[in-house]
Amino acid sequence: MVTRGFTGKGTGSDFSDRIPPGQHQVDHFPVLTAGPTPRVEPSDWKFTVKVGPRPVKVWSWAEFNALPQTKMTRDIHCVTSWSKLNTAWEGVLIDDILADAGLGSPTDFMLAHSYDGYSTNVPLADLASGKAMVALKYEGQPLPRDHGGPARLLVPHLYFWKSAKWVNALQFTERDEPGFWELRGYHIYGDPWREQRYTND
Amino acid sequence: MIEDGALSVSWQTSAIINTIQQTATIKSFFFRLAEPFSYTAGQHVDVRLTAPNGYVAMRSYSIASSPSDTGIIELAIERLSDGEVSPFFHDVAAVGDEIELRGPLGGHFLWPERATAPVLLIGAGSGLAPLMAMIRQRRALAQSVATALLLSARTKSDVLFAEELFKTEAADPHFHLALAITRDCPERSTDFDRRIDSAMVADVVGRLPAQPGDVFICGSNGFVNIAADGALAAGLQAGAVRTERYGG
Repeated sequence: MVTRGFTGKGTGSDFSDRIPPGQHQVDHFPVLTAGPTPRVEPSDWKFTVKVGPRPVKVWSWAEFNALPQTKMTRDIHCVTSWSKLNTAWEGVLIDDILADAGLGSPTDFMLAHSYDGYSTNVPLADLASGKAMVALKYEGQPLPRDHGGPARLLVPHLYFWKSAKWVNALQFTERDEPGFWELRGYHIYGDPWREQRYTND
Repeated sequence: MIEDGALSVSWQTSAIINTIQQTATIKSFFFRLAEPFSYTAGQHVDVRLTAPNGYVAMRSYSIASSPSDTGIIELAIERLSDGEVSPFFHDVAAVGDEIELRGPLGGHFLWPERATAPVLLIGAGSGLAPLMAMIRQRRALAQSVATALLLSARTKSDVLFAEELFKTEAADPHFHLALAITRDCPERSTDFDRRIDSAMVADVVGRLPAQPGDVFICGSNGFVNIAADGALAAGLQAGAVRTERYGG
Protein backbone atom coordinates (compact mmCIF):
# COMPACT_ATOMS: atom_id res chain seq x y z
CA MET A 1 0.00 0.00 0.00
CA VAL A 2 1.53 3.32 -1.06
CA THR A 3 1.46 5.86 1.77
CA ARG A 4 0.04 9.21 0.66
CA GLY A 5 2.75 11.83 0.43
CA PHE A 6 5.65 9.59 1.44
CA THR A 7 8.64 9.56 -0.88
CA GLY A 8 11.43 8.50 1.46
CA LYS A 9 14.61 10.45 1.91
CA GLY A 10 16.26 8.72 -0.98
CA THR A 11 19.44 7.33 0.45
CA GLY A 12 21.43 8.17 -2.64
CA SER A 13 23.26 5.04 -1.67
CA ASP A 14 24.94 2.75 -4.16
CA PHE A 15 24.57 0.00 -1.61
CA SER A 16 20.81 -0.52 -1.67
CA ASP A 17 21.37 -4.16 -2.63
CA ARG A 18 23.08 -4.60 0.73
CA ILE A 19 20.16 -3.22 2.75
CA PRO A 20 17.59 -5.93 3.61
CA PRO A 21 13.85 -5.18 3.24
CA GLY A 22 12.42 -2.78 5.84
CA GLN A 23 15.91 -1.63 6.89
CA HIS A 24 17.55 1.77 6.48
CA GLN A 25 21.22 2.65 6.45
CA VAL A 26 22.77 4.58 9.33
CA ASP A 27 26.27 5.97 9.76
CA HIS A 28 26.29 6.12 13.55
CA PHE A 29 26.13 3.05 15.79
CA PRO A 30 22.91 3.01 17.85
CA VAL A 31 22.91 1.28 21.24
CA LEU A 32 19.96 -0.87 22.30
CA THR A 33 20.02 -2.84 25.53
CA ALA A 34 17.23 -4.25 27.69
CA GLY A 35 18.82 -3.35 31.04
CA PRO A 36 21.69 -1.51 32.71
CA THR A 37 25.05 -1.59 30.92
CA PRO A 38 27.25 -4.11 32.77
CA ARG A 39 30.74 -3.19 33.94
CA VAL A 40 33.13 -6.09 33.38
CA GLU A 41 36.84 -5.61 33.91
CA PRO A 42 39.14 -7.74 31.74
CA SER A 43 40.87 -8.91 34.95
CA ASP A 44 37.57 -10.43 36.11
CA TRP A 45 36.48 -11.61 32.68
CA LYS A 46 36.11 -15.33 31.99
CA PHE A 47 34.72 -17.22 29.04
CA THR A 48 33.29 -20.74 29.29
CA VAL A 49 32.27 -23.34 26.73
CA LYS A 50 29.79 -25.91 27.99
CA VAL A 51 28.15 -29.03 26.65
CA GLY A 52 24.77 -28.98 28.34
CA PRO A 53 25.44 -28.23 32.01
CA ARG A 54 29.07 -29.43 31.82
CA PRO A 55 31.84 -26.81 31.50
CA VAL A 56 34.44 -28.06 29.03
CA LYS A 57 36.91 -25.18 29.09
CA VAL A 58 37.28 -21.81 30.80
CA TRP A 59 39.56 -19.04 29.50
CA SER A 60 40.86 -15.95 31.29
CA TRP A 61 41.15 -12.67 29.38
CA ALA A 62 44.87 -13.30 28.72
CA GLU A 63 44.28 -16.89 27.64
CA PHE A 64 41.43 -15.88 25.35
CA ASN A 65 43.51 -13.11 23.77
CA ALA A 66 46.24 -15.67 23.07
CA LEU A 67 43.89 -17.58 20.76
CA PRO A 68 44.19 -16.88 17.00
CA GLN A 69 42.80 -13.42 16.22
CA THR A 70 40.78 -12.89 13.04
CA LYS A 71 39.56 -9.71 11.35
CA MET A 72 36.11 -9.51 9.82
CA THR A 73 34.38 -6.58 8.07
CA ARG A 74 30.64 -7.06 7.68
CA ASP A 75 27.29 -5.30 7.29
CA ILE A 76 25.09 -5.53 10.38
CA HIS A 77 21.31 -5.31 10.67
CA CYS A 78 19.32 -4.47 13.80
CA VAL A 79 15.69 -5.60 14.10
CA THR A 80 14.73 -2.02 15.06
CA SER A 81 15.37 -1.31 11.34
CA TRP A 82 18.83 0.21 11.11
CA SER A 83 21.65 -1.32 9.09
CA LYS A 84 25.29 -0.30 9.25
CA LEU A 85 27.69 -1.22 6.47
CA ASN A 86 31.37 -2.21 6.60
CA THR A 87 31.73 -2.58 10.36
CA ALA A 88 35.24 -3.82 11.18
CA TRP A 89 35.74 -6.33 13.96
CA GLU A 90 38.56 -8.41 15.37
CA GLY A 91 38.30 -11.38 17.67
CA VAL A 92 38.33 -15.15 17.94
CA LEU A 93 36.38 -17.28 15.47
CA ILE A 94 33.96 -19.73 17.07
CA ASP A 95 35.82 -22.43 15.10
CA ASP A 96 39.04 -21.53 16.92
CA ILE A 97 37.31 -21.46 20.32
CA LEU A 98 35.84 -24.93 19.80
CA ALA A 99 39.13 -26.28 18.45
CA ASP A 100 40.97 -24.99 21.53
CA ALA A 101 38.34 -26.68 23.70
CA GLY A 102 38.89 -29.91 21.77
CA LEU A 103 35.26 -29.97 20.69
CA GLY A 104 33.75 -30.95 17.36
CA SER A 105 30.00 -30.63 17.13
CA PRO A 106 28.47 -32.44 20.10
CA THR A 107 25.02 -31.00 19.20
CA ASP A 108 23.61 -28.78 16.44
CA PHE A 109 22.53 -25.86 18.63
CA MET A 110 24.13 -23.31 20.91
CA LEU A 111 22.98 -20.78 23.46
CA ALA A 112 25.14 -17.73 24.08
CA HIS A 113 25.08 -16.36 27.64
CA SER A 114 26.06 -12.92 28.88
CA TYR A 115 27.17 -11.22 32.08
CA ASP A 116 23.81 -9.44 32.42
CA GLY A 117 21.78 -12.65 32.26
CA TYR A 118 20.97 -12.21 28.57
CA SER A 119 20.93 -15.25 26.32
CA THR A 120 20.30 -15.96 22.64
CA ASN A 121 20.19 -19.14 20.58
CA VAL A 122 22.09 -19.72 17.32
CA PRO A 123 22.43 -22.96 15.38
CA LEU A 124 26.01 -24.27 15.28
CA ALA A 125 25.92 -24.07 11.47
CA ASP A 126 25.56 -20.26 11.79
CA LEU A 127 28.49 -19.97 14.19
CA ALA A 128 31.01 -22.33 12.58
CA SER A 129 32.87 -22.22 9.24
CA GLY A 130 34.17 -18.71 9.82
CA LYS A 131 30.69 -17.17 10.05
CA ALA A 132 30.89 -15.84 13.60
CA MET A 133 33.34 -14.77 16.29
CA VAL A 134 33.66 -13.50 19.80
CA ALA A 135 34.71 -9.94 19.00
CA LEU A 136 37.25 -8.12 21.20
CA LYS A 137 37.86 -5.06 19.03
CA TYR A 138 35.73 -2.71 16.94
CA GLU A 139 37.34 -0.45 14.33
CA GLY A 140 40.77 -1.33 15.71
CA GLN A 141 39.99 -0.33 19.29
CA PRO A 142 39.01 -2.35 22.37
CA LEU A 143 35.25 -2.94 22.20
CA PRO A 144 33.46 -0.10 24.06
CA ARG A 145 31.31 -1.12 27.03
CA ASP A 146 28.17 0.26 25.36
CA HIS A 147 28.72 -2.10 22.45
CA GLY A 148 29.35 -5.16 24.60
CA GLY A 149 32.93 -4.74 25.75
CA PRO A 150 35.12 -6.43 26.76
CA ALA A 151 33.71 -9.08 24.39
CA ARG A 152 30.58 -9.72 22.37
CA LEU A 153 29.33 -12.40 20.06
CA LEU A 154 29.29 -11.35 16.39
CA VAL A 155 26.90 -13.23 14.08
CA PRO A 156 26.63 -10.59 11.35
CA HIS A 157 24.29 -12.44 8.97
CA LEU A 158 21.48 -12.60 11.56
CA TYR A 159 19.59 -9.71 13.21
CA PHE A 160 21.92 -8.10 15.69
CA TRP A 161 20.14 -9.23 18.88
CA LYS A 162 21.82 -12.58 18.14
CA SER A 163 25.22 -10.90 18.57
CA ALA A 164 25.06 -11.03 22.36
CA LYS A 165 26.89 -8.22 24.16
CA TRP A 166 29.04 -8.93 27.26
CA VAL A 167 29.12 -12.60 26.24
CA ASN A 168 30.69 -14.99 28.76
CA ALA A 169 29.64 -18.48 27.65
CA LEU A 170 28.66 -20.62 24.72
CA GLN A 171 26.63 -23.70 25.58
CA PHE A 172 25.80 -26.64 23.34
CA THR A 173 22.14 -27.63 23.75
CA GLU A 174 20.30 -30.74 22.56
CA ARG A 175 17.47 -28.70 21.08
CA ASP A 176 17.13 -25.17 19.69
CA GLU A 177 16.29 -23.45 22.98
CA PRO A 178 14.89 -19.91 22.73
CA GLY A 179 16.89 -17.20 24.52
CA PHE A 180 15.89 -13.86 26.06
CA TRP A 181 14.24 -12.08 23.11
CA GLU A 182 13.19 -15.32 21.44
CA LEU A 183 11.02 -15.96 24.55
CA ARG A 184 9.65 -12.42 24.31
CA GLY A 185 8.11 -12.36 20.88
CA TYR A 186 11.16 -12.27 18.60
CA HIS A 187 11.96 -14.78 15.87
CA ILE A 188 13.73 -18.02 16.74
CA TYR A 189 16.26 -17.63 13.87
CA GLY A 190 16.27 -13.96 12.78
CA ASP A 191 17.36 -13.80 9.11
CA PRO A 192 17.20 -10.12 8.01
CA TRP A 193 16.87 -11.04 4.32
CA ARG A 194 13.67 -12.96 5.11
CA GLU A 195 12.53 -10.27 7.60
CA GLN A 196 12.28 -12.77 10.43
CA ARG A 197 11.72 -10.10 13.07
CA TYR A 198 9.00 -11.51 15.28
CA THR A 199 7.70 -14.98 16.14
CA ASN A 200 6.39 -16.69 13.01
CA ASP A 201 7.38 -13.89 10.61
CA MET B 1 4.69 -12.04 28.60
CA ILE B 2 5.37 -14.78 26.11
CA GLU B 3 3.49 -14.25 22.92
CA ASP B 4 1.40 -17.06 21.55
CA GLY B 5 3.75 -19.11 19.41
CA ALA B 6 0.95 -20.02 17.02
CA LEU B 7 0.22 -16.47 15.93
CA SER B 8 2.15 -13.98 13.93
CA VAL B 9 1.49 -10.28 14.34
CA SER B 10 0.02 -9.15 11.04
CA TRP B 11 0.07 -5.78 9.33
CA GLN B 12 -3.12 -3.78 9.28
CA THR B 13 -4.23 -0.47 7.84
CA SER B 14 -5.27 2.11 10.38
CA ALA B 15 -6.66 5.59 9.87
CA ILE B 16 -5.36 8.70 11.59
CA ILE B 17 -8.43 10.11 13.33
CA ASN B 18 -6.83 12.96 15.27
CA THR B 19 -3.55 14.74 15.86
CA ILE B 20 -2.42 16.98 18.73
CA GLN B 21 0.72 19.13 18.72
CA GLN B 22 1.92 18.33 22.26
CA THR B 23 5.15 20.31 22.41
CA ALA B 24 7.30 22.17 19.88
CA THR B 25 8.73 18.88 18.65
CA ILE B 26 6.31 16.16 19.74
CA LYS B 27 2.97 15.48 18.07
CA SER B 28 0.43 12.84 19.02
CA PHE B 29 -1.27 10.75 16.36
CA PHE B 30 -4.40 8.78 17.13
CA PHE B 31 -5.02 5.71 14.99
CA ARG B 32 -8.25 3.77 14.70
CA LEU B 33 -7.21 0.13 14.35
CA ALA B 34 -9.00 -1.89 11.68
CA GLU B 35 -8.32 -4.95 13.82
CA PRO B 36 -8.18 -3.86 17.47
CA PHE B 37 -5.71 -5.72 19.67
CA SER B 38 -5.19 -5.92 23.39
CA TYR B 39 -1.78 -4.99 24.72
CA THR B 40 0.20 -4.27 27.84
CA ALA B 41 1.44 -0.78 28.63
CA GLY B 42 5.04 -0.46 27.44
CA GLN B 43 4.57 -2.35 24.17
CA HIS B 44 5.18 -0.84 20.76
CA VAL B 45 3.96 -1.01 17.19
CA ASP B 46 5.95 -1.09 13.98
CA VAL B 47 4.86 1.48 11.42
CA ARG B 48 5.52 0.94 7.71
CA LEU B 49 5.52 3.66 5.05
CA THR B 50 5.67 2.83 1.35
CA ALA B 51 6.83 5.23 -1.38
CA PRO B 52 5.42 5.09 -4.93
CA ASN B 53 8.65 3.45 -6.13
CA GLY B 54 8.17 0.61 -3.64
CA TYR B 55 10.72 1.84 -1.11
CA VAL B 56 9.61 0.90 2.41
CA ALA B 57 10.61 2.62 5.65
CA MET B 58 9.82 1.00 8.98
CA ARG B 59 10.10 2.35 12.52
CA SER B 60 9.01 1.25 15.98
CA TYR B 61 6.95 3.57 18.19
CA SER B 62 5.85 2.93 21.75
CA ILE B 63 2.13 3.10 22.38
CA ALA B 64 1.33 6.04 24.67
CA SER B 65 -2.35 5.29 25.22
CA SER B 66 -3.83 3.10 27.90
CA PRO B 67 -4.78 -0.39 26.74
CA SER B 68 -8.27 0.23 28.06
CA ASP B 69 -8.92 2.60 25.17
CA THR B 70 -9.78 -0.26 22.86
CA GLY B 71 -9.57 0.26 19.17
CA ILE B 72 -7.67 3.55 19.22
CA ILE B 73 -3.98 3.92 19.94
CA GLU B 74 -1.93 7.05 20.47
CA LEU B 75 1.65 7.44 19.28
CA ALA B 76 3.64 10.48 20.45
CA ILE B 77 6.16 11.08 17.68
CA GLU B 78 9.13 13.42 18.11
CA ARG B 79 10.28 15.23 14.99
CA LEU B 80 13.90 14.38 14.29
CA SER B 81 15.21 16.98 11.85
CA ASP B 82 17.45 14.51 10.04
CA GLY B 83 14.84 11.76 10.18
CA GLU B 84 12.92 10.13 7.41
CA VAL B 85 9.73 8.90 9.04
CA SER B 86 9.12 11.44 11.83
CA PRO B 87 9.25 14.46 9.44
CA PHE B 88 6.69 12.68 7.26
CA PHE B 89 4.35 12.36 10.22
CA HIS B 90 4.86 15.95 11.34
CA ASP B 91 4.82 17.65 7.95
CA VAL B 92 2.67 15.46 5.71
CA ALA B 93 0.43 12.99 7.56
CA ALA B 94 -3.09 14.26 8.24
CA VAL B 95 -6.39 13.12 9.65
CA GLY B 96 -7.95 10.60 7.30
CA ASP B 97 -4.64 9.17 6.07
CA GLU B 98 -4.26 5.42 6.23
CA ILE B 99 -1.06 4.04 7.72
CA GLU B 100 0.15 0.45 7.90
CA LEU B 101 1.15 -0.78 11.34
CA ARG B 102 1.33 -3.95 13.34
CA GLY B 103 1.39 -4.80 17.01
CA PRO B 104 1.45 -5.23 19.86
CA LEU B 105 5.19 -5.99 19.91
CA GLY B 106 7.82 -6.35 22.61
CA GLY B 107 7.67 -8.63 25.61
CA HIS B 108 10.06 -7.08 28.13
CA PHE B 109 9.32 -3.42 28.83
CA LEU B 110 5.89 -4.22 30.31
CA TRP B 111 3.89 -2.62 33.10
CA PRO B 112 3.62 -5.14 35.99
CA GLU B 113 -0.13 -5.26 36.51
CA ARG B 114 0.21 -7.23 39.72
CA ALA B 115 3.00 -5.13 41.22
CA THR B 116 2.84 -4.51 44.95
CA ALA B 117 6.33 -3.07 45.42
CA PRO B 118 6.73 0.55 44.26
CA VAL B 119 7.55 1.30 40.66
CA LEU B 120 10.06 3.91 39.45
CA LEU B 121 9.67 5.39 35.97
CA ILE B 122 12.44 7.53 34.44
CA GLY B 123 12.13 9.14 31.03
CA ALA B 124 13.34 11.96 28.82
CA GLY B 125 11.47 13.78 26.08
CA SER B 126 9.34 11.47 23.96
CA GLY B 127 10.77 8.59 26.02
CA LEU B 128 7.80 9.34 28.24
CA ALA B 129 5.46 7.62 25.74
CA PRO B 130 5.64 4.01 27.04
CA LEU B 131 5.81 5.29 30.63
CA MET B 132 2.67 7.36 30.03
CA ALA B 133 0.89 4.22 28.84
CA MET B 134 1.89 2.65 32.17
CA ILE B 135 0.65 5.62 34.19
CA ARG B 136 -2.61 5.58 32.25
CA GLN B 137 -3.03 1.84 32.66
CA ARG B 138 -2.34 2.10 36.39
CA ARG B 139 -5.03 4.77 36.60
CA ALA B 140 -7.50 2.82 34.45
CA LEU B 141 -7.05 -0.22 36.68
CA ALA B 142 -7.36 1.96 39.81
CA GLN B 143 -4.03 0.57 41.05
CA SER B 144 -2.63 2.16 44.18
CA VAL B 145 0.92 0.80 43.86
CA ALA B 146 3.26 3.67 44.73
CA THR B 147 4.75 5.02 41.52
CA ALA B 148 7.25 7.80 40.89
CA LEU B 149 8.03 9.42 37.56
CA LEU B 150 11.31 11.27 37.07
CA LEU B 151 10.98 13.10 33.76
CA SER B 152 13.67 15.14 32.07
CA ALA B 153 12.89 17.94 29.60
CA ARG B 154 14.72 21.00 28.31
CA THR B 155 12.11 23.53 29.41
CA LYS B 156 8.67 23.44 31.04
CA SER B 157 7.03 23.75 27.65
CA ASP B 158 8.89 20.66 26.46
CA VAL B 159 7.20 18.45 29.08
CA LEU B 160 5.02 16.00 27.21
CA PHE B 161 1.55 15.39 28.70
CA ALA B 162 2.33 18.00 31.39
CA GLU B 163 -1.26 18.86 32.25
CA GLU B 164 -2.30 15.22 32.58
CA LEU B 165 0.72 14.46 34.76
CA PHE B 166 0.01 17.38 37.10
CA LYS B 167 -3.64 16.31 37.39
CA THR B 168 -2.66 12.73 38.12
CA GLU B 169 -0.25 13.87 40.80
CA ALA B 170 -2.88 16.12 42.39
CA ALA B 171 -5.52 13.39 42.41
CA ASP B 172 -3.38 10.45 43.51
CA PRO B 173 -1.33 10.50 46.74
CA HIS B 174 0.53 7.38 45.61
CA PHE B 175 1.82 9.00 42.40
CA HIS B 176 4.93 11.17 42.66
CA LEU B 177 6.14 13.44 39.86
CA ALA B 178 9.60 14.97 39.67
CA LEU B 179 10.69 17.03 36.68
CA ALA B 180 14.31 17.59 35.74
CA ILE B 181 14.28 20.84 33.77
CA THR B 182 17.67 21.24 32.16
CA ARG B 183 17.51 24.69 30.50
CA ASP B 184 14.95 26.55 32.52
CA CYS B 185 13.96 27.18 36.13
CA PRO B 186 11.49 24.73 37.61
CA GLU B 187 8.51 26.27 39.42
CA ARG B 188 7.90 23.46 41.88
CA SER B 189 10.14 22.76 44.84
CA THR B 190 9.86 19.03 44.12
CA ASP B 191 11.51 19.48 40.71
CA PHE B 192 15.18 19.74 39.73
CA ASP B 193 16.99 22.35 37.66
CA ARG B 194 19.71 20.16 36.23
CA ARG B 195 20.39 17.14 34.08
CA ILE B 196 19.76 13.73 35.59
CA ASP B 197 22.39 12.29 37.94
CA SER B 198 22.67 9.58 40.57
CA ALA B 199 21.82 11.92 43.46
CA MET B 200 18.60 12.88 41.71
CA VAL B 201 17.60 9.23 41.19
CA ALA B 202 18.36 8.50 44.86
CA ASP B 203 16.26 11.51 45.90
CA VAL B 204 13.26 10.28 43.91
CA VAL B 205 13.68 6.70 45.15
CA GLY B 206 13.54 8.17 48.65
CA ARG B 207 10.11 9.65 47.98
CA LEU B 208 8.69 6.14 47.60
CA PRO B 209 7.57 4.21 50.71
CA ALA B 210 9.93 1.30 49.92
CA GLN B 211 12.62 0.32 47.43
CA PRO B 212 11.11 -0.03 43.93
CA GLY B 213 10.62 -3.57 42.68
CA ASP B 214 10.50 -2.46 39.06
CA VAL B 215 12.31 0.37 37.28
CA PHE B 216 11.53 1.41 33.71
CA ILE B 217 13.86 3.84 31.92
CA CYS B 218 13.33 5.23 28.42
CA GLY B 219 15.35 7.81 26.52
CA SER B 220 18.59 8.26 24.62
CA ASN B 221 21.41 5.83 25.37
CA GLY B 222 23.42 8.41 27.32
CA PHE B 223 20.41 9.37 29.43
CA VAL B 224 19.47 5.74 30.07
CA ASN B 225 23.02 4.84 31.15
CA ILE B 226 23.09 7.67 33.71
CA ALA B 227 19.62 6.81 35.00
CA ALA B 228 20.36 3.07 35.21
CA ASP B 229 23.69 3.65 36.97
CA GLY B 230 21.83 5.94 39.38
CA ALA B 231 19.28 3.23 40.10
CA LEU B 232 22.05 0.71 40.79
CA ALA B 233 23.87 3.22 43.02
CA ALA B 234 20.61 3.66 44.95
CA GLY B 235 20.79 -0.04 45.78
CA LEU B 236 18.33 -1.41 43.24
CA GLN B 237 18.95 -4.79 41.63
CA ALA B 238 20.14 -4.80 38.00
CA GLY B 239 17.48 -7.40 37.20
CA ALA B 240 14.77 -4.96 38.28
CA VAL B 241 15.88 -2.30 35.81
CA ARG B 242 14.37 -2.45 32.33
CA THR B 243 15.53 -0.02 29.68
CA GLU B 244 14.50 1.18 26.25
CA ARG B 245 16.91 3.26 24.22
CA TYR B 246 16.15 5.21 21.09
CA GLY B 247 17.39 3.31 18.08
CA GLY B 248 18.74 4.63 14.80
